[in-house]
Amino acid sequence: MPLIHRKKPTEKPSSPPSEEVVVPDEDSQKKPHESSKSHHKKSNGGGKWSCIDSCCWFIGCVCVTWWFLLFLYNAMPASFPQYVTERITGPLPDPPGVKLKKEGLKAKHPVVFIPGIVTGGLELWEGKQCADGLFRKRLWGGTFGEVYKRPLCWVEHMSLDNVTGLDPAGIRVRAVSGLVAADYFAPGYFVWAVLIANLAHIGYEEKNMYMAAYDWRLSFQNTEVRDQTLSRMKSNIELMVSTNGGKKAVIVPHSMGVLYFLHFMKWVEAPAPMGGGGGPDWCAKYIKAVMNIGGPFLGVPKAVAGLFSAEAKDVAVARAIAPGFLDTDIFRLQTLQHVMRMTRTWDSTMSMLPKGGDTIWGGLDWSPEKGHTCCGKKQKSNETCGEAGENGVSKTKPVNYGRIISFGKEVAEAAPSEINNIDFRGAVKGQSIPNHTCRDVWTEYHDMGIAGIKAIAEYKVYTADEAIDLLHYVAPKMMARGSAHFSYGIADDLDDPKYQQPKYWSNPLETKLPNAPEMEIYSLYGVGIPTERAYVYKLNQSPDSCIPFQIFTSAHEEDEDSCLKAGVYNVDGDETVPVLSAGFMCAKAWRGKTRFNPSGIKTYIREYNHSPPANLLEGRGTQSGAHVDIMGNFALIEDIMRVAAGGNGSDIGHDQVHSGIFEWSERIDLKL
Amino acid sequence: MSPLLRFRKLSSFSEDTINPKPKQSATVEKPKRRRSGRCSCVDSCCWLIGYLCTAWWLLLFLYHSVPVPAMLQAPESPGTRLSRDGVKAFHPVILVPGIVTGGLELWEGRPCAEGLFRKRLWGASFSEILRRPLCWLEHLSLDSETGLDPPGIRVRAVPGLVAADYFAPCYFAWAVLIENLAKIGYEGKNLHMASYDWRLSFHNTEVRDQSLSRLKSKIELMYATNGFKKVVVVPHSMGAIYFLHFLKWVETPLPDGGGGGGPGWCAKHIKSVVNIGPAFLGVPKAVSNLLSAEGKDIAYARSLAPGLLDSELLKLQTLEHLMRMSHSWDSIVSLLPKGGEAIWGDLDSHAEEGLNCIYSKRKSSQLSLSNLHKQNYSLKPVSRVKEPAKYGRIVSFGKRASELPSSQLSTLNVKELSRVDGNSNDSTSCGEFWSEYNEMSRESIVKVAENTAYTATTVLDLLRFIAPKMMRRAEAHFSHGIADDLDDPKYGHYKYWSNPLETKLPDAPEMEMYCLYGVGIPTERSYIYKLATSSGKCKSSIPFRIDGSVDGDDVCLKGGTRFADGDESVPVISAGFMCAKGWRGKSRFNPSGMDTFLREYKHKPPGSLLESRGTESGAHVDIMGNVGLIEDVLRIAAGASGQEIGGDRIYSDVMRMSERISIKL
Repeated sequence: MPLIHRKKPTEKPSSPPSEEVVVPDEDSQKKPHESSKSHHKKSNGGGKWSCIDSCCWFIGCVCVTWWFLLFLYNAMPASFPQYVTERITGPLPDPPGVKLKKEGLKAKHPVVFIPGIVTGGLELWEGKQCADGLFRKRLWGGTFGEVYKRPLCWVEHMSLDNVTGLDPAGIRVRAVSGLVAADYFAPGYFVWAVLIANLAHIGYEEKNMYMAAYDWRLSFQNTEVRDQTLSRMKSNIELMVSTNGGKKAVIVPHSMGVLYFLHFMKWVEAPAPMGGGGGPDWCAKYIKAVMNIGGPFLGVPKAVAGLFSAEAKDVAVARAIAPGFLDTDIFRLQTLQHVMRMTRTWDSTMSMLPKGGDTIWGGLDWSPEKGHTCCGKKQKSNETCGEAGENGVSKTKPVNYGRIISFGKEVAEAAPSEINNIDFRGAVKGQSIPNHTCRDVWTEYHDMGIAGIKAIAEYKVYTADEAIDLLHYVAPKMMARGSAHFSYGIADDLDDPKYQQPKYWSNPLETKLPNAPEMEIYSLYGVGIPTERAYVYKLNQSPDSCIPFQIFTSAHEEDEDSCLKAGVYNVDGDETVPVLSAGFMCAKAWRGKTRFNPSGIKTYIREYNHSPPANLLEGRGTQSGAHVDIMGNFALIEDIMRVAAGGNGSDIGHDQVHSGIFEWSERIDLKL
Repeated sequence: MSPLLRFRKLSSFSEDTINPKPKQSATVEKPKRRRSGRCSCVDSCCWLIGYLCTAWWLLLFLYHSVPVPAMLQAPESPGTRLSRDGVKAFHPVILVPGIVTGGLELWEGRPCAEGLFRKRLWGASFSEILRRPLCWLEHLSLDSETGLDPPGIRVRAVPGLVAADYFAPCYFAWAVLIENLAKIGYEGKNLHMASYDWRLSFHNTEVRDQSLSRLKSKIELMYATNGFKKVVVVPHSMGAIYFLHFLKWVETPLPDGGGGGGPGWCAKHIKSVVNIGPAFLGVPKAVSNLLSAEGKDIAYARSLAPGLLDSELLKLQTLEHLMRMSHSWDSIVSLLPKGGEAIWGDLDSHAEEGLNCIYSKRKSSQLSLSNLHKQNYSLKPVSRVKEPAKYGRIVSFGKRASELPSSQLSTLNVKELSRVDGNSNDSTSCGEFWSEYNEMSRESIVKVAENTAYTATTVLDLLRFIAPKMMRRAEAHFSHGIADDLDDPKYGHYKYWSNPLETKLPDAPEMEMYCLYGVGIPTERSYIYKLATSSGKCKSSIPFRIDGSVDGDDVCLKGGTRFADGDESVPVISAGFMCAKGWRGKSRFNPSGMDTFLREYKHKPPGSLLESRGTESGAHVDIMGNVGLIEDVLRIAAGASGQEIGGDRIYSDVMRMSERISIKL
């Protein structure tokens, strides 16, 4: 009925169309012209309505197609994408889980995952008014939808207390528990999910897999103080070992989880009030192997840049592309400042500062990686890179990696004698505050005044040791809080009773490994990706910005193969952790019976050469070596599964080394 | 009209420009106009959809941006109020979910379940049922021989609070309680959900998943990390008997298949057990579920649209499939009525005698309750004359059998009846699936059903007769009797641990047992069955049906089901008897004389749609959102004792009913 109704009146005013119908002998070329004319006429008649109508029509069309496609997608058999991929790229290799199941591997040892910084989810348990309705919703991880909806509220809830490093009053944000805590970081962005799925193939399930999720913002000892996380981990490992017929656990920590587990191993054997009271042979009794993935044993230079100016390579690159955008005060965003304020309340970021000082990371004129030549990112294949390195030794200038922060490119390259340092440590902090608007953002820079900032810039070059001093000077409150929980030195005498304090437990250079000769320690990490190692800084000229220092992004080298890119000196690594930090302990300091490893625990190094995904269909690749993507690396998964199913280091092939880690370790002069 | 009109013009033009074909004017004109008409229909559909979508988005946007007006704002939650009163988290809390509410996820499956790894099969949106129903059934069923995983399939309980906070999106189970607990300071370290695979028998959860060991270790850990404060356990529904099983298991020494916690374990670690809607003595619903895979709801549906569920259309056989699945779950057997005729009544008498159920239709429970009590006391003679409903006959075949004096019933003893297997030829066309009915001859089915009524004791015999394999498997794990002598060494066997009438409570005089449940909703108590008439060429594989056409004069009998007071699933007698009498004081079931408290919550349906499931509901699952109950749980968790929250609170007749039940104490 309504249709008829509608049709009838159209007959009358539709003289132009009827004309067209009656005279169809006309050239078809005319029609578009005519129709556009009538279109014009019509829009003259009631433009507003028809515009809305056609908008509606358009939206309707889009919706309908969308639903239709959605329907098709849902009706599509689940194996279809795989089929397409196989058609294009040829048959995929079996995932390691399927392959090893065919070989007859079975779940044997219980497996414990320890997620790293950032990858674990955090959820809200109690919040301020502005976070209404977010109870038990993820603030960190998941879709991060709240960051956009209420950014300031989000920053407030994610920050910890400035003074204590614990919860601010009235806010409780806690780690998500269970495997869901870190299987996917964001939808579709796996962290542990691939490993979990493959382990499930050979018979693992919830009862013999355990994700030791912890609040990664806290210092390690505070996770025990506030949440009893270490106690829970101990109890869970004990439970899993006893319910799995006394088979020892295989621990798989990733990234900062590596340090966290070092801390745990000391904690669990320490006597009760401070430690877990597990007795001196707890680790020997319950742990078969520790398989560290991408472990920043000796810290990462990234952490220095992060704490110093709230930026890293990515931010620096973004700034180079769109200068001024991040720093301006438009919208009163002050993004970086807010990020800085937030991250500075997190004690855990300080656990990642470079450890071992100049002995490990190099001084003004030397570094263990000396002679390393960077192959450009452009080169895909690794062989050509090696060749280029050999040929290009004369071409490229040696890089002074030891200078973690240098002000200006010239200084970064100058000979040590040419640099005249003016000590900044004694410099008086001026009271003159350059910018009052920054007061609402707590970054400690406004306490420093212009004199302090000048003094820092004039010191020119900072090595690893001095970078720590620099941070002490720049952010005294934060470092005071942090140094109560972490230490960055090298122990002279490990039997000194002071090393029984928790703050030394996460530094491998200031603790001994437990007395567990049958235990194995693996260091698994990716290589072949340029990784941040040292920075070129400049003073920030922009008057709006509250952070007075910036990575000097225009510091470039013409040479393609240069290690200097956008103000950052790169070295071999997994994009986040340099090889030196991930590999040195297992390559040298813990190898054989040393003072750090008194019981002679066997150590193995397994490096995985990065090869980027061949095409988009592969997603993040199955041979990646990047810090997080390596968790989807088939070779790494296979190694872990073999150990979990009862293999040992010699079963999976001892060391597997692609980088110059052994050569570099040789250069480090450390009492063992 | 005008926009429509103009719009059509536009569309007819665009159509023309797209198809600049027509050459012959006269002949083409007609089809062309038709085409353009059809096209405009498509267009206007699009337009309409676009219009609706836009309006929807606009409303959605408005909904999100406009603050909730004060009148729509929810009243202050008990957590906020108590937190203001200074109630703080004190004892660690363990939640034990019941049957059905816990989520299950896939860990290993057949090819048909590809892509569902670690996705929920049970709980959440249940979308897989619609997409691949048979695959879903296959994965959720257990092995019919062992009651454990079928080969190649591993379905496991979801761990953590997410396991049962919401059963389906927006359908809360524990979420409200958790939120309120969080308001007074609870969080992951002192709040734990002890999820387990609720399809398995309780002992098998330990055998397969070590769920009991994990629970023990968790309780010990929480006790230690929270300053050695005892834990408060909050089980719901079947969780209550699961936790009874745990209490017994944990103190049994390791070599006898226990947890090896030693005799003082419960006294040391547990402050109180706050049972919500506990099914201590089972539920009659389980009988009808096992007998014919139906409950009240399905019987109603069948009477509304007869033939739909039973027809062979689409070869669905929904009920048969469901039955096959639920017969593979041992846990349903744990819910069969326990205590036999002594508790549930024999052919002639029962504990609820004299109870009238006029209350169901009334909106205001205040009114109905007063009426109810008036009826009970003043109209008792009348109801006696009007021949009382015989609740004791849990299953009777035909309305006549449900009302006849016991002397006139056929004196068939199912135990002695020999099961005649064979001649299942007539059902081969439907025999795609396993059901023990297929192996039964028509004669024995008829014989079982002829003019008979079954009490709680004999109905077990009936089930054993009908489904011998299932009952043999399940009765190795569960027992439904009453112990004569609790010190008999045979009661050390785990199959008795979940039956409160065959175990002693632990020796923990300071522990408290609470029974919290809703009342005021008609609850299934007994059924009137009929033989299913075989429809179509293929005999339906389930020969018994609830007779949905039987309606009584009052609401006590409706759709073939007799109702008693309860929380919609669990009758008062099952939820309340143990706390009201069986464990009250020092009895042989409660040798250390721990305190028991009864807290009933009168059902009050939500006043308006806005309240959704209501804050004063007494229904089995909705009661978890009842503010009164939440407040009680919070106070207990914060350290209050039973006396401090007001001791017993009783609305129903549970005390009188318990009086009438005579068992040795």
